Amino acid sequence: MSGVVDPFVMNLTVFVLAIFIGYHVVWNVTPALHTPLMAVTNAVSGIIIVGAMLAAKPEEMDIGTILGLVAVALAAVNVFGGFLVTQRMLSMFKKKGK
Amino acid sequence: MSANFVYLAYLVAAVLFILTLKGLSSPMTSRRGNMFGMIGMAIAVLTTLSLTHNVGLIVLAIMVGGTVGSVVARRVEMTQMPEMVAAMHSLVGLAAVLVAMAAFNNPVAYGIALPGEMLHSSNRIELFIGTFVGAITFTGSIIAFLKLSARLSGKPLRFAGQHWLNLGLGISMLGFGIAFFLSPSWTPFLIMTAIALLLGVLLIMPIGGADMPVVISMLNSYSGWAAAGIGFTLNNNMLIIAGSLVGSSGAILSYIMCRAMNRAFLNVILGGFGGGEAAAASDDGVQKTYRSGSADDAAFLMGNADSVIIVPGYGLAVARAQHAIKEMSNALTSKGVKVRYAIHPVAGRMPGHMNVLLAEAEVPYEQVVEMDEINNEFADTDVVLVIGANDVVNPAAKNDKSSPIYGMPILEVHKARTVLVVKRSMATGYAGLDNDLFYMDKTMMVFGDAKKVVEDVIKALA
Repeated sequence: MSGVVDPFVMNLTVFVLAIFIGYHVVWNVTPALHTPLMAVTNAVSGIIIVGAMLAAKPEEMDIGTILGLVAVALAAVNVFGGFLVTQRMLSMFKKKGK
Repeated sequence: MSANFVYLAYLVAAVLFILTLKGLSSPMTSRRGNMFGMIGMAIAVLTTLSLTHNVGLIVLAIMVGGTVGSVVARRVEMTQMPEMVAAMHSLVGLAAVLVAMAAFNNPVAYGIALPGEMLHSSNRIELFIGTFVGAITFTGSIIAFLKLSARLSGKPLRFAGQHWLNLGLGISMLGFGIAFFLSPSWTPFLIMTAIALLLGVLLIMPIGGADMPVVISMLNSYSGWAAAGIGFTLNNNMLIIAGSLVGSSGAILSYIMCRAMNRAFLNVILGGFGGGEAAAASDDGVQKTYRSGSADDAAFLMGNADSVIIVPGYGLAVARAQHAIKEMSNALTSKGVKVRYAIHPVAGRMPGHMNVLLAEAEVPYEQVVEMDEINNEFADTDVVLVIGANDVVNPAAKNDKSSPIYGMPILEVHKARTVLVVKRSMATGYAGLDNDLFYMDKTMMVFGDAKKVVEDVIKALA
């Protein structure tokens, strides 16, 4: 074995391990909270905002940076909307006799 | 800022996202979990912001999107959650496509190609995958949103040769993907994106309303895979980890929903129900008789019972009857009746839909019981009130081997001493099947709008 590891292999390693973690963590989510789970994963998938910000990164503006800025705005809807609506829902799940 | 520091910050954010999902294992820890998620996202965004040159414009874009998101999150009604979630999936899909286009436009800016160099071949494959998954998520979610918000008919739209058309489109999309791989240029890229957009529409159109829990979970999963795919293209671990968490979460939810309907995933996605093939097959020509009663009768029966189990379904959401139901159970509880709620996993239009509605009406969550836990208790229950549910309480799923829904896990309400069914009419449910439960001697039908009936029951109980 010699040479540098291809970034793809490193990405794949992270990808597979993350799926395993996701699998185990999500099976433990109580069915009563499946709707908040979907809302919060909506917010988490708003992480595409990181990619969008990188797309909007270059100093000189071109079509790519504009697409990036639009994507930032779209993803921000998810990030804010997702976390806030999850918080709103979770605050409704109360025990008896407040 | 050094690349190492950026990646360490991403690691912290990733751990916080994992803790977010972990928190959802109980309502007690869930709020803290959500807080972790917000902190994780803030870390990821601020770290990335430090890498960019157009800070002002990016912050402006975040403020615009963030304002829209916050307003929607505050205003949306709990009955509209499925629509909101579907709409948000579409945004992730579109954002993924836009980022992929930007990456292809200027790979040098992303550090995934040296100046003057083409996009690497492995990056091209990843870009292709991220783009088409994103595009399908985008248009598919729009169709799901339109169906869930009743702007489009919830009825499945089918036509001859549908599967062949989809297959043909899928293959040609792959063909343009290969063309893009061999010589990366805008033409094959845009054509394959257009085909993927069309596929998203065609794949979701044939799926009917009650299968939406599966579709919405599937699109949830896709939105995660799209983000992960873009993460591969950009060699960005943050996107890969967060995307995979979302992707596996959606996949598990899809699996749970399919299991709760005893159907294979492909069977749901390719459309198996509601096409009229199986409809009315069990009709043997004999006029069956049923008993119907008034809200007063229902109030009398429940008021004199020791225990009542309420089975809510999509009809509860449609009639927005969750607050009335809570008021009714308060009235019953004050008469010494033990009230609980039984939830079927596919009740409503998305996973956990009923739980959120009941929580909104301030029903304590200890009273809300999942199917597996409560099924043994129906036999000891005096009265079951089925409200706006049908197929999930159809005993044919257990008794009738010829029934299309045979084998589907159901709430075994037919074992209770008395069954009350609130329904608009004797019309069949989503599967187009007659329900023997309605014709049992112990069953009393109460016809009318769910909310109106429940309000009348409350008056009669007072």
